[in-house]
Amino acid sequence: MNKPDTLEQFRQQTTDWIAQHYPPQLRPTPGASGEDPRQLKIHEADWLALLAKQGYLAPSWPREYGGAGLSDEQVRVLNQALRKAQVRSPPISAGLSLLGPVLLEHGTPAQKAQHLPKIARNESFWCQGYSEPGAGSDLASLSTRAELEGDEFVVNGQKIWTSHADAADWMFCLVRTDREAPQHEGISFLLIDMSTPGISVAPIRLISGPSAFCQTFFDDVRVPKDNIMGQLGQGWTLAKQLLQHERQALGSIGRGDARRALTLPELAAQEIGINAAGQIADPVLRDQVAQCELDSLALRLTMSRSADEARAGQGSAHIASTLKLYGSELTNRRHELMISLRGADGIGWEGPGFTPAALRTTRQWLRAKGNSIEGGSNEIQRNVIAKRLLELPE
Amino acid sequence: MALILSEEQQLLKNSVRNFVNSNFPVDQVRQLRDGDDALRYSRQLWQQMAELGWAGIIFPEEYGGLGLGYAELGVVLEELGRSLAAQPFLSTVLLAGNVLLLGGSEEQKQQWLPQICSGEATLALAFQETGRFSPWQVETRAETTKDGFCLNGEKRFVLDGYGAEQLLVLARTSGSAGDKEGLSLFLLAADTPGLSITPLSLLDSRNAALTTFDNVEVQTKHLVGELDQAAIILEPVFDGASAGLNAELLGTLSEAFERTLTYLKTRQQFGALIGSFQALKHRAADMFCEREHAISLTREALRAIDEQRDDAALLVSAAKARTADVANLIGRESVQMFGGIGMTDEEDIGLFMKRARVAEITLGDARYHRQRFASLSAF
Repeated sequence: MNKPDTLEQFRQQTTDWIAQHYPPQLRPTPGASGEDPRQLKIHEADWLALLAKQGYLAPSWPREYGGAGLSDEQVRVLNQALRKAQVRSPPISAGLSLLGPVLLEHGTPAQKAQHLPKIARNESFWCQGYSEPGAGSDLASLSTRAELEGDEFVVNGQKIWTSHADAADWMFCLVRTDREAPQHEGISFLLIDMSTPGISVAPIRLISGPSAFCQTFFDDVRVPKDNIMGQLGQGWTLAKQLLQHERQALGSIGRGDARRALTLPELAAQEIGINAAGQIADPVLRDQVAQCELDSLALRLTMSRSADEARAGQGSAHIASTLKLYGSELTNRRHELMISLRGADGIGWEGPGFTPAALRTTRQWLRAKGNSIEGGSNEIQRNVIAKRLLELPE
Repeated sequence: MALILSEEQQLLKNSVRNFVNSNFPVDQVRQLRDGDDALRYSRQLWQQMAELGWAGIIFPEEYGGLGLGYAELGVVLEELGRSLAAQPFLSTVLLAGNVLLLGGSEEQKQQWLPQICSGEATLALAFQETGRFSPWQVETRAETTKDGFCLNGEKRFVLDGYGAEQLLVLARTSGSAGDKEGLSLFLLAADTPGLSITPLSLLDSRNAALTTFDNVEVQTKHLVGELDQAAIILEPVFDGASAGLNAELLGTLSEAFERTLTYLKTRQQFGALIGSFQALKHRAADMFCEREHAISLTREALRAIDEQRDDAALLVSAAKARTADVANLIGRESVQMFGGIGMTDEEDIGLFMKRARVAEITLGDARYHRQRFASLSAF
């Protein structure tokens, strides 16, 4: 690809590129139902491979690591072009959005060369080993230990909430390497190959049913010494940096969900009916729907404002806690409203007698409860805001 | 355009802040409240602000204005809101001035806009008759006479109506109360026979008046805009004014929030700073989040007006609903966190809560704007 002189040229180039390369089979054809899902999956995989080849899965990463080497401005233009063309959006994965940015900054040259290109091509799949049964909100009290024996760490312990651990190739993992040091200083950041002997994985069933979450057990798992990222005992600093990326990602969850199904006003109109003026017939519900919609708009604008501030070198990275806190509470409120709008249709668990959409509402309502717990509970986010942004005393 | 201040806007903000800090101490609210002058603002300071160009910030240069946008206006109003500075911005510039700009004849514009920009003339818009903002609920009638019109009726909450040289009066020329059609605007001098202006005493100690019209004669040439079509002018005027009021309110709630944070960091009880208590920390964190959203919506609404976007009205209502709710939340919480001292008239914090309440009600409260947001979103 030629280096475009201006942003507008770049916009034109990417728009053209998308138009030329997007598989037409993925475009919804009016009237055509019952597309073969296996065929769709193949075309989707083709599209992902094309994006990956172009470096567009990790557009801001350097080319040598499989990225496209784009500036922040160009990344924004690319995302706008992808949205505008209404194509399948690139996947959000732990490797791409969580580990990648931290690895870029703190990985050794060998680690970067080994992992980043595979992540950028969507060829290696990562999971996160942070929480433990005894270390949830108080993450720094984690006790999975890694003891150095020769050229290897020997890892023993247990992780929980490791999403997709049963399918992952690698895990980035927080381990205690020094039990004598102060709590935050005895933690290191390890990259662990999931095929190493001694690792076993068990999926977790949630209140909402089957989930991607797993428990992961380590029984004398031997990890090469070179797989540590950052210095020995420096893991907590990297962990916190990574958590900010996670908070940002979690804050935006509500947006994605809301776009797939009926919008909240549509659902309310369907369930409650509309009056002669075209308004949701129940004024109290209409007010609650308006509040939710208005708050979603506010959240979207705050996200775009904090991105503007970051580009201008203003603001604080801890604003991610605000977005996570507000976003997850809003998602919860939205689902509370949706399940109450469904009435008795919202209490079905599975099987006949309920529409798939109604069953989805029920499951999503339950799953959303986790949004205000995972990635640092909302109480933890309030502590972070009070300490880091408001500088309130300890 | 980004949602952050440009370099020029930042410079403007600094110079307004300097001006406000040296001229509008918060204590001025008490002085004006307890003084004898029912005007409740300083005409001299208004003159000075006009000389700096701020009164004409949104008006075209041909009428003596600066020809800048609502984003810049928002910067000025936010700073004024921080110090609770009472000035006839909303009444003279955003309401009456904009009615003339959007609906006035060339002659009317030439006559009044330069005087508004220079601070020589203050005007007020007399429109509201009901307790809640419901601008088409107008019973004041203007009957046709052989020279023009004869007005009879009563207007409430005429902002800065006391002391204004001219009143713009909304009256019904056809139809009945509640109809959007059939409304007309008239410009009349404050000393017109039959017009009486009585100052009201409001929660925020600002100038507002009750005006009555008893067979007030108006000549046809003082009609502003087309007969029966005032609503077309007033809708964008109310949007612009609400957007500006939001910016002022954002300044007010920000200052109240920051003063409360300072208090949490200095007040000691049980041998500890009260800001170290988690019960208070978490509520402060919630206020912070809410304020972030009020900032985003307020700025986006101002920007949408400047860009003449189709969603400007929707954004103004979203911003007013959110900002009003946040202002009331911070008002309540700040007085609570200041404790007993927050209940005294000597402590400033209560003044912020009072002004926030009046600003919420002015031009439609949070519920009104949520409903309007719903209607504009077609649900």
